[in-house]
Amino acid sequence: MARSAAMAAPAESMYSDQAIRLFALAAVLWGVVGMLVGVIIAAQLTWPELNFGIPYISYGRLRPLHTNAVIFAFGGCTLFATSYHVVQRTCQTRLFAPKLALFTFIGWQVVILAAAISLPMGYTQGKEYAELEWPIDLLIAVVWVSYAIVFFGTVGTRKIRHIYVANWFFGAFILAVAVLHIVNSAAIPAGLWKSYSAYSGVQDAMIQWWYGHNAVGFFLTAGFLGIMYYYIPKQAERPVYSYRLSIVHFWALIFTYMWAGPHHLHYTALPDWAQSIGMIFSLVLLAPSWGGMINGIMTLSGAWHKLRDDPILKFLIVSLSFYGMSTFEGPMMSIKTVNALSHYTDWTIGHVHSGALGWVGMISMGALYHLIPRMYGKTAMHSTKAIETHFWLATLGIVLYIAAMWIAGVMQGLMWRAVNPDGTLVYTFVESVKATFPYYVVRLLGGVLYFSGMLIMAWNVVMTVRTGQAVPAPIPHVAAAHA
Amino acid sequence: MESLYLLIPLSVGLVLLILGVFGWALYGGQFDDLEREGERILQADSVRLDNGQGQQQPPPEESPEQVNVRD
Repeated sequence: MARSAAMAAPAESMYSDQAIRLFALAAVLWGVVGMLVGVIIAAQLTWPELNFGIPYISYGRLRPLHTNAVIFAFGGCTLFATSYHVVQRTCQTRLFAPKLALFTFIGWQVVILAAAISLPMGYTQGKEYAELEWPIDLLIAVVWVSYAIVFFGTVGTRKIRHIYVANWFFGAFILAVAVLHIVNSAAIPAGLWKSYSAYSGVQDAMIQWWYGHNAVGFFLTAGFLGIMYYYIPKQAERPVYSYRLSIVHFWALIFTYMWAGPHHLHYTALPDWAQSIGMIFSLVLLAPSWGGMINGIMTLSGAWHKLRDDPILKFLIVSLSFYGMSTFEGPMMSIKTVNALSHYTDWTIGHVHSGALGWVGMISMGALYHLIPRMYGKTAMHSTKAIETHFWLATLGIVLYIAAMWIAGVMQGLMWRAVNPDGTLVYTFVESVKATFPYYVVRLLGGVLYFSGMLIMAWNVVMTVRTGQAVPAPIPHVAAAHA
Repeated sequence: MESLYLLIPLSVGLVLLILGVFGWALYGGQFDDLEREGERILQADSVRLDNGQGQQQPPPEESPEQVNVRD
């Protein structure tokens, strides 16, 4: 009955899911590509011969390609897909300007392709996580403003008065990334593929790490927390442990994050007081982060058995434990004395990947496993066993990766600071590189495991979509009857 | 440290914006009945997942859903 009404209803009473489907599938594709490039550069660090003397595939050019592909292509497409899904379902209205949403899809893919071409060719602004040259930056700005119009337009035309907490996180993510991108990418063009930053010296460094840290805080944290607060309750079929705490989590997080950036510039030309402010705010961040982590995990309180049977929940919950680990490790590493040992070592790489592979990767995979079958008229993926295999490959891969980088990092830090009684260095730099070799091999192995899990996911998605059907979903009558 | 003349006003401006939005949310009734809002996503969307074949819905007339529906 509900179904026949849905079939006959005009487009206005249907959710607008086309952009969600496209972004979700693109996320899986870019996940495979980005992680493959990651495996390649991990191998290049282990065996530099793999650069083959070809500039286009040398480590220095592929590394930004890897970070851009996994953060902005895989992570970005996941965020677009899930935010368009969550905002419609929780506001019980269709997307505001669905055509503009499709434009964001096309525009974002053009950005990704432009990055995939320009970075190997060596065009870069030299700013970490903001390498793309100014014409691409302009396109990003246009796509992002369109994204904001679609998202906030949908919130503005909602049928439910209350704005669900996930939308607050998505909204903060969209607004903050717009501000960060525009301020940090300000540059004077010197030709089509060359530009100079509008800032210089330590000012430029400060702006860059204000951007860089908040990109972590708002792109890789706030956005994915939006995913967490919707998909964990949905998959667990239980409301979030404390909805009240989730609101506190949101406001506390966004008030404090903006100020933590200077911890990337400890012991540099940046004034000492600015470094200390960055450290203090980083330490304060532990509180809201752990509040949110506990809130998410405790959602399963009283229903822990679900974790045993449901591999999608395993992805979602384990991602939160990695979120907890990296949000403990981060503040600790921002303490100046710890940073004196850890900075510039592979410990930082380990920290980043505990957040990236563990938190961002696994929450994305869990959410996509929940979302994709539902977008194709199904209730489950083609193979649940494959999800289980993927989960264990990913978890094992992360553990190998971060353990190897912890040991390598602490070892490097200790070797670099070791001095003889006469004040000379005990080790040359190259000795620390040589000592790191076995850990690079283990890291590569971890990366290969994580990547092979992603391949299984891609196969599972193809099999699910092939037999599925993109059926328009009607907006519930609850809203329609009382609007 | 000229960059601080940009970053600090910008961050203070953002905090004021956040405070403004927080004030709107607080006095606009966003936080009036929080525990119910956490459960709404489970009820409202259940029809959707299987494209209306599940029939877990609709909720009874005096369900909390209607209280917070926007006019």
